[in-house]
Amino acid sequence: MPNYILNVNGKQVAVSADEDTPLLWVLRDELNLLGTKFGCGIAQCGACTVHINGIASRSCQLQVSILDDVKITTIEGLSIDGEHPVQEAWKEIDVPQCGYCQTGQIMTASAFLVENKHPSEAAIRAAMQGNICRCASYNRIEKAVLVASKKMS
Amino acid sequence: MKLHEKDNFSRRNFLKTSILAGGGMLIGFNLLTACKLDAKMPIDIASLNFNDFNAFIKISDKGYVTIFSPNPEIGQGVKTSMPMLIAEELDVDWKNVTVAQGVLDTNNYTRQLAGGSQSIRFGWDALRQTGATARQMLVNAAAVKWNVDAATLKASKGIITNKNGETLGYGDVVKEAAVLKVPDGVKLKDPKNFTIIGQEIVNVDIDKIITGKPLFGLDYKAAGMVIASVLRPPSFGQKLKSFDAAEAKKVNGVIDVITIGDKVRKFAESGKSNWTVKLSKTDKVVVIAENTWAAIKGKKALSAIWENESQLESTEDHDKALTAILEGKNLNIKREDGAVENAFLIADKVIEKTYHSPFLPHNCMEPMNFYANVTAEKIHLVGPVQTPEYAAKVVADLLDFDLDKIHLEMTRMGGGFGRRLYGDFVYEAAEISNFIKKPVKLVSTREDDMTTGIYKPAVKYRIKAALKGGKVTGYHLIEAAIGSNMYGSIPNFFPAGCIPNYKVETGNYKSNITTGAWRAPYTNFLAFAEQSFFDELATELNIDAIQLRLDLLQNVKNTTDSRIEYSGQRMEDTIKLVREKANWGNTKEGVYQGFAAYYSHNTHVAEIADIELKNGLPIIKKVIVAVDCGIVVNPTGARNQVEGGVLDGIGHAMYSDFSFKNGQPEYKNFDTYRLIRMNDTPKVEVHFVENQNSPTGLGEPGLPPAGGAVANAINAALGKRMYRQPFIKQLNKTNILG
Repeated sequence: MPNYILNVNGKQVAVSADEDTPLLWVLRDELNLLGTKFGCGIAQCGACTVHINGIASRSCQLQVSILDDVKITTIEGLSIDGEHPVQEAWKEIDVPQCGYCQTGQIMTASAFLVENKHPSEAAIRAAMQGNICRCASYNRIEKAVLVASKKMS
Repeated sequence: MKLHEKDNFSRRNFLKTSILAGGGMLIGFNLLTACKLDAKMPIDIASLNFNDFNAFIKISDKGYVTIFSPNPEIGQGVKTSMPMLIAEELDVDWKNVTVAQGVLDTNNYTRQLAGGSQSIRFGWDALRQTGATARQMLVNAAAVKWNVDAATLKASKGIITNKNGETLGYGDVVKEAAVLKVPDGVKLKDPKNFTIIGQEIVNVDIDKIITGKPLFGLDYKAAGMVIASVLRPPSFGQKLKSFDAAEAKKVNGVIDVITIGDKVRKFAESGKSNWTVKLSKTDKVVVIAENTWAAIKGKKALSAIWENESQLESTEDHDKALTAILEGKNLNIKREDGAVENAFLIADKVIEKTYHSPFLPHNCMEPMNFYANVTAEKIHLVGPVQTPEYAAKVVADLLDFDLDKIHLEMTRMGGGFGRRLYGDFVYEAAEISNFIKKPVKLVSTREDDMTTGIYKPAVKYRIKAALKGGKVTGYHLIEAAIGSNMYGSIPNFFPAGCIPNYKVETGNYKSNITTGAWRAPYTNFLAFAEQSFFDELATELNIDAIQLRLDLLQNVKNTTDSRIEYSGQRMEDTIKLVREKANWGNTKEGVYQGFAAYYSHNTHVAEIADIELKNGLPIIKKVIVAVDCGIVVNPTGARNQVEGGVLDGIGHAMYSDFSFKNGQPEYKNFDTYRLIRMNDTPKVEVHFVENQNSPTGLGEPGLPPAGGAVANAINAALGKRMYRQPFIKQLNKTNILG
């Protein structure tokens, strides 16, 4: 199997994987970074969202072979101990129910708030549209993104 | 699923204690069942084996409390709310409490089951009693230390105080308390003195969830573990004829390709099946691989030939079969009051409507998965299942193993919605591990989950009402369902007891498509049908839609019929609260309202949806909800459940469709199957009816009325009645809420 050097959460890591292996499975199976979740495998649910050079991206669609020049950030690298303003807002609003999709939601929201520091309600709803929460904690996700935007500005 | 079984909690001999080797006191107890007389307490935390007890409380010599919560967590919040009940009566500071997930006890526990919104209702007395007993033991120990009467002491927030104002922390007396006799009949707090129950307590797993810690079954790993991906027949009604694994075996990382199915067939023939077992008897092809990607890729590379063993059914077949049931004579009467036929004969007017709902998959965000390690000596099972007790028992039967040698650990579950009541993936994982003699994790894909599911049954309701003298005098409901019908108690929900001539009948079509419980089983769609129908009756009678419900409820308030499940008074109070909060009938111009109320899972709920029109299309802006679930244990968790339940109900009523063509599901993933997303969501505003009744469930009851409230609001806005889910199809537009 080919070897690749990836930049994950600020560290250079070597992995051995088939070239078509999605980043999602490299993270979960090879690097033991289990916060990035498998939901649909076709970029429709957002559970596997990570940052590629700061942009929210679906890791189930990114082949390991094309990632040698990018910075990958996962939920484990978003903050040292959950103190990112988005994570703090999630806690303040008590967002999760089952909790499975929430790391993906947090990764989408944290990338979005860097781009849009004072988002309108419509902009938040559009930005979060790609992340499914089957428990439908959407009201709280929306509120938490707003709270986080205030913390970040 | 038994939803109305009686509590059998024994107050005698329900709790034992020990001194921990590392310091502190350990309290073992069994929720809802008594301990065995010879049950032995462990003396160190590492040896907690949950064989004699299904729940433990540890109080350290520093006064810190750890509660091992015994109930599965699927997102309904019981991992937080159940320990709150213990902590309340134990009277400790919540910030000193840690909660850990309990492990399965295969012999002793009775309700380590998540389903039917019953966890809190069953735990209410038992858990408080446990906390109060432990507290009394600590107080008694302090009394011995001070040589005073225990009745003169006070305990609060983990501190015991005597008459002189001297204090002892719980940690200071644990050693002594652990060896005292367990007191009988301790007094529980008056609800007005609660300090933890009723407080907003954030989810105990919040830090782990937001930092992505491995909590879920799919995150579980063990040394030497391989991954299994299972290929099942593409159509219901098919079985495996042959397969070719040559290409699959070429995939890097694929270890082997095997077939399973023998054990399940043997089990099915033994007649030992129970309601959680929904397994097809076909052989399945299993790819064993070093990692998940190789397993998924290997499965795609398989080529298999399937043969038909029964009819391959399509949605058109189901439509015809259900319609035939509605029009046939071969129905089961579930309840009959008065003279229904006569009421229709002498009626001024008869209204009859038919409502349709498709199959629905559960679509838990975490796909089905389970870890199994079967060795000659024991079986280790780990993962997300709502019925761990059944799962362990079936595995014991399948593999002819002693139940005592099966150890099942529950993980947090990425959603349940009824799907994880059925343990098919546990049995498959066990059969695979037994075959390959290795630890294995079975991993399903989204396509596996959606196309080989255990679906909400497709259902049709025909409801007929007799109107006479401005009143509803007769009511006849027929349910035609595929696979399974509504269970016995629902004919005793509203409007039973409100209408003198009343009849409910059911008929069933046996399909080879597997069906089962889906969040708020049966009522999820019945409520939409019925509450839409009553809205139409109110229009016909020219009565306010809420007033019609209130008038009807007067008839059931003093009922002597013990079969009636709901309370006329509590429903009336709930309806009046939502009417007030939603400003019913007095909204600003351009806002159209729809009302629905429903009782299920012991909880009364009323909802009003506010809709506005944008370019002629309905936009659901807000849903105002009133809930009577008795005492609200954890308001933030409770509101979260209701908010989610309402949006889930709206999402499936509005958007989600499912159909079959020649036995094959026509939806396979989220590119075509539509779940509600943020842009589609209204704001949900939740109000609780304040009372001192024992708490009832919240995981499900918010869902059933939502579809009805939205359907009725759409009618108010557009003059168009919704008879068929999903509404989006009937509205014949896409992105109407965009």
